Amino acid sequence: MKKLLVSPAPHLHGKESTRSLMRDVIIALSPSLLVSVYFFGFSAIKLAFVGVIACVLVEYAIQKYIIKSKVLISDYSAALTGLLLALNLPPNSPWWIVFIGSVVAIGVAKMSFGGLGQNVFNPALVGRVFLLVSFPVIMTDWTIPTSWFREGIDASTGATALSIVKEGLSKGLTMDQIFAEHNFSYAQMLFSKIGGSVGEVSALALLLGLGYLLIRRVIRPHIPLSIIGTIVVFSGIFWLIDPSHNPDPLFTILTGGILIGSIFMATDYVTSPMSTKGMVIYGAGIGIITVLIRNFGAYPEGISFAILIMNATVPLLNNYFKPGKFGKEVKHG
Amino acid sequence: MTNTIIFTVVSLTILGFVLAWILYLVAQKFKVNEDPRIDNVEAILPGANCGGCGYAGCRAFAEACVKADDLESLYCPVGGNDVMKNVAGSLGLKVVEKVPQVAVVRCNGNCDAREKVNHYDGFGSCAVMAGLYAGDTGCSYGCLGQGDCVAVCNFDAIHMDPRTGLPEVDQDKCTACGACVKACPKFIIELRNKGPKNRRIFVSCVNKDKGGVARKACDVACIGCYKCQKACAYDAITITDNLAYIDYNKCKLCRKCVTECPTHAIWEVNFPVRVPKKTESATIEQ
Amino acid sequence: MSKTFSIGGIHPNDSKISANAAIEDFPVMDMAYISVSQHLGAPAEPVVAKGDKVKTGQLVAKASGFISANIHSSVSGTVSSIELLPDIFGNMVKHIVVKVEGDEWLETIDRSPDIIRETKLSSKEIIDKIAECGVVGLGGAAFPTHIKLSPPPGKKAEYLLVNGAECEPYLTSDYRIMVETPEQILIGVELMMRALGVDKAYFGIEENKPEAIKVMKKLTSASYGSIKIVPLKKRYPQGGEKQLIDAILKRQVPSMGLPIDVGVVVQNVGTALAVYEAVQKNKPLFEGIVTVTGKCMTEQRNFKLRVGANMNNVMFAIGGFPKDAVKLISGGPMMGKAVSRMEAASVKSTSAFLLLTEDETKRGEEGNCIRCAKCVDSCPMGLEPYLLNRLSRAGRLDDLEANMVHDCIECGSCMYSCPANIPLLDTIRLAKAQVIKIIRSRPKK
Repeated sequence: MKKLLVSPAPHLHGKESTRSLMRDVIIALSPSLLVSVYFFGFSAIKLAFVGVIACVLVEYAIQKYIIKSKVLISDYSAALTGLLLALNLPPNSPWWIVFIGSVVAIGVAKMSFGGLGQNVFNPALVGRVFLLVSFPVIMTDWTIPTSWFREGIDASTGATALSIVKEGLSKGLTMDQIFAEHNFSYAQMLFSKIGGSVGEVSALALLLGLGYLLIRRVIRPHIPLSIIGTIVVFSGIFWLIDPSHNPDPLFTILTGGILIGSIFMATDYVTSPMSTKGMVIYGAGIGIITVLIRNFGAYPEGISFAILIMNATVPLLNNYFKPGKFGKEVKHG
Repeated sequence: MTNTIIFTVVSLTILGFVLAWILYLVAQKFKVNEDPRIDNVEAILPGANCGGCGYAGCRAFAEACVKADDLESLYCPVGGNDVMKNVAGSLGLKVVEKVPQVAVVRCNGNCDAREKVNHYDGFGSCAVMAGLYAGDTGCSYGCLGQGDCVAVCNFDAIHMDPRTGLPEVDQDKCTACGACVKACPKFIIELRNKGPKNRRIFVSCVNKDKGGVARKACDVACIGCYKCQKACAYDAITITDNLAYIDYNKCKLCRKCVTECPTHAIWEVNFPVRVPKKTESATIEQ
Repeated sequence: MSKTFSIGGIHPNDSKISANAAIEDFPVMDMAYISVSQHLGAPAEPVVAKGDKVKTGQLVAKASGFISANIHSSVSGTVSSIELLPDIFGNMVKHIVVKVEGDEWLETIDRSPDIIRETKLSSKEIIDKIAECGVVGLGGAAFPTHIKLSPPPGKKAEYLLVNGAECEPYLTSDYRIMVETPEQILIGVELMMRALGVDKAYFGIEENKPEAIKVMKKLTSASYGSIKIVPLKKRYPQGGEKQLIDAILKRQVPSMGLPIDVGVVVQNVGTALAVYEAVQKNKPLFEGIVTVTGKCMTEQRNFKLRVGANMNNVMFAIGGFPKDAVKLISGGPMMGKAVSRMEAASVKSTSAFLLLTEDETKRGEEGNCIRCAKCVDSCPMGLEPYLLNRLSRAGRLDDLEANMVHDCIECGSCMYSCPANIPLLDTIRLAKAQVIKIIRSRPKK
């Protein structure tokens, strides 16, 4: 006689898996990757390739030989970390710097906390910040590499828009003068010819990725919206106070990795809050800290640090901002 | 340059002394006066914090011992009589001895004897499984085999035997703390006296179904046939709800019931192997 | 815009593949195994003995205790034994085994197809009639209906809610009766309104059953004005009592509370039909509509099935146990119970037998929690399943209570949506049982 299978309800399972979610994020990153390959050519491919391979290898080695657990590289989470790390580096970075970043990201930020789901800080960001602090020269060298199929590119102007502005302001120039001098335009930022890390070349490609993530319900819009909203409000206040020495809000959100940070870094499942309220506060915190770092800090960017600082508050946010419970407020009777 | 060094050293030293003095004052002010005997007793205890004594941990047990007038209701099963003797000595109380006990798994239904009638595909926990249904064999009383008892054991004294699918107690490591007894949702595990030379006899079944039903589900179930009760000369065996139970205080370990049991549900442990009875003809030949 | 409940919920594929199969009579079996414990509460006490002749619809076991229900024979024949047999969980339960001889119904049962609407019975008489006929809630929990229709003193029902949501995938038995016997259901609803003394009833139907909404709306606008049909957006678990009340009336039942605390009584459509048959046709509850479905089956069926048919009978009627199926579920795929023994028999509240293949139902390997919050987003009670799972595994009952584990309705949405295949509901259910026991054991204020 046939032996029945018995298990507690529910007997069906949705189609989503850790693997499919990670794969969706990788797919959402692909427009940015393609655009950067178009602009930076081989070096973008090289960085992405080294990042993915290095992260997967480091995770494999740690799981197999050090902690001797099950090898879980097939869930794509290490590959995603590698890709994100690569997309956050300057296009001209040497390959070994990606490798060091990967070792730090996976080995220090992820596996030492216990692997997937246990880490407090976003691994890719820890890798990036480690490199930024350890190799400041390489990490701020925005020279655009010569490309095989796009020769006409202006290889001399490599600095990011933000560092140009910061430098210009320190020289006593006003925003209008800087804009005029460097011929900035918003359309340029959307499709980008501006220097920056590999992944943030085109705001449009990043927004395309956001759209994909939202449609596939991989992430919810709360975190990106609250980050961008807060930045718009706060940088808007500074801009209104002194428009000649503060960049306007649109310029602020289109530069310095705000988009890639808020769409792909801050929304990392593991290191972001669980409840809607928590997400909004987390996003607002990132926005405020970013604006503060940009206006008063030493770094022209700042969203990386802002996200890492807010990562540390996530357990607290989870504890204090619970989802609204059903039946708490009785409206009648 | 030298000035800087001197200034640094001096200022830091002063700062250190001031802070140390503040710490000292605070420690004095908020000092909790505890009975020093609690520390003494805690030092004697095994420190496993298993909760087998019924208290939250060794410290809580030590506090209870210090407060108590006698040790009648306080016993550390892990430390056993030796530890309790020391505790009693340090507190100047009367020594209360207890017979050493061991956890005993009262289910004998291994994979051959107790056929599986369905496959379980849920969370690997006996408690979850017991909350769902009667189990993956025909016997609704027996071991579910998910190992909740193994998970709670602090002493590495109970393990699943992969051949039988049943838990096995390591009698040398078992401290009779009772954690597994509480963890088992089917109430299979019992603390029984270890017995002289670790010899003990028990009914390795908890099935309360009628004989036929029990036997159908498992070849080695107790069927409540009363044979063991009749064989027992010491009145140690009682049968309730089709299930025999041997009172370890009355049992004289004569082993008569073991041979009587038609389903081999009664187990003897640590006895020498029985010599097969010699027939008369065999004796003559000798 | 259609109404729906306010938090959480999921959208599983509804797979209502048996929706177009008309209800057919299940062939009467040779032996009926009638359990005395087909309802929530105390088992009924058998009033027949071995060798007694029984007719279809005759009382065979009497309610014992306050929460209990009468049980009637579903067949005619001779009682061959009263013995312990496994139920679907494998637990041994007393069953009255009847050897079937012919199909002779009690004369008091009105078997004519006429629809009778008028009644002169008072509220109490209706409730007594329902109790006598052993009607229980057919939404799943099998709570005796006569108790639910008698609110405790000091509480008054304002509205009756009829649950025609049938939000579980695969199930179509409620849909079939709404399409085939709509007027009988509406009369049953009217009878329950009369029993409760309320003058307004809301009838919630999910939008994936447009035919049922159309039929019901036509009838209510013609002559059943006190009943309002409410189309609901398709979303699971809409059919949960608390979610349905929230969806239709925007009232939220408090934690550990009952619908009556917000002035509502919820009844299933199947129960409404059973009430109609009991009160107007004098027919006890001994048969019901059961969907037998599964993607591995060639033909989908909706049977009118007598109580006491065992799984082997049912499988025989559909032409044998399908080769690919590994799991047989009594009820829907989200909250139904997996059948562990083929000897188990159908009961009053059986609504479906669902057959699933290994691909559809086998659990995936458990991975690490990636804190994606999909469980939090899907929980219709606003709980945090990932947290409850961890606390449950650590046995921290105080924290579990502080995080309202006792509010869990065991709908399975969290586990359905968990990408890491974590058995969230398994551990939460365990913790919920422990916490509720502790709460109940506390002295009442």
